[in-house]
Amino acid sequence: MSAELILFEEEYERIHDAITRLKRDANALSVYMIEKSGQQIAAVGQIDDIDATALASLTAGNVAATEGLARLVGEKEFSSLFHEGERQNIHITVVGGRVILLVVFDEGSSLGLVRLRVRKATGELAEIMEQVKSKAAAGVVMGGHDSPFADITDEDIDNLFAD
Amino acid sequence: MTFINYAAREINCKIVYYGPGLCGKTTNIQFIYERTNPVAKGKLISLATETDRTLFFDFMPLDLGTIQGFKTRFHLYTVPGQVFYDASRRLILKGVDGVIFVADSQESRFEANIEAIQNLKDNMKTYGYDLMAVPYVLQLNKRDLPTAVEADRLVNALRVKNEPVFEAVATSGAGVFETLKAMARMVLLNLRQRSGAKTSVTP
Repeated sequence: MSAELILFEEEYERIHDAITRLKRDANALSVYMIEKSGQQIAAVGQIDDIDATALASLTAGNVAATEGLARLVGEKEFSSLFHEGERQNIHITVVGGRVILLVVFDEGSSLGLVRLRVRKATGELAEIMEQVKSKAAAGVVMGGHDSPFADITDEDIDNLFAD
Repeated sequence: MTFINYAAREINCKIVYYGPGLCGKTTNIQFIYERTNPVAKGKLISLATETDRTLFFDFMPLDLGTIQGFKTRFHLYTVPGQVFYDASRRLILKGVDGVIFVADSQESRFEANIEAIQNLKDNMKTYGYDLMAVPYVLQLNKRDLPTAVEADRLVNALRVKNEPVFEAVATSGAGVFETLKAMARMVLLNLRQRSGAKTSVTP
């Protein structure tokens, strides 16, 4: 089984700051960072109208299918995806091979601007994700955090199904 | 892959329903969706063909409550069961924390079950996962059908390790939540076991 992804406040704040800047610089409506297996890591902008969990799951499926297509034609990956709508568009990029950056924008921005700003942001985000990975690999528990699982009791688990 | 978010105080786990075509994977997840409190679930997404066969996957997020102060959420996925969707099926297994194998109890699907389990093992291997090490539950579905094979015979043929086995009729919901509960318990206990092996240091 794959290792877990553990995100601490420090890296979460850095990710949040980076995608907030990206949203502003790209004049986007919203920006999401999503793990490749379909879990949302962070989101900024006009996010209340969209079911973020469904968005993350479908995006991961979309990216996985596109990577499958790439391999079929002998490419390692198609590094970015663009979906054009009547009013809104979606730009999707894979960052550092592990996470997905999704930008929603409308006529207030352009594909060229979004691509430029995304390219600028991916370096920083990839570096943050490397830090997340190395902390997990080292088994570091930061700032007094203990693993929430270490003290799970059978009663805790039973209580989850109390309803 | 379990995602532990200290910032949002959330734990997210991914459960995949696997099995041969028309065994009842989608029916399992639909029953869970219908019987779950609206505040505890998100949207049910079904990427299906016009004839309601799963094309890519079904998905629903399910909040199970709080554990050690962390909101515990399970993401339930089904794979497309039809043989020719193997490439899509493999994609859904990425980052899986636990697998529920839904077997079709009918005599005519006996071999299809065996092939699907082999396919599961093969697809897990492509990611470097070992089915023997992953939380795994076997559900014998369609127990109400007159053509259902005796449970013992199915268990003998399909059991891959010492996994829990549940008899079910997913159309009526019998055994559906029992299967899911057993899976959730195994995933959480597996996380507890793995966390105990970790070194805690304060930098």
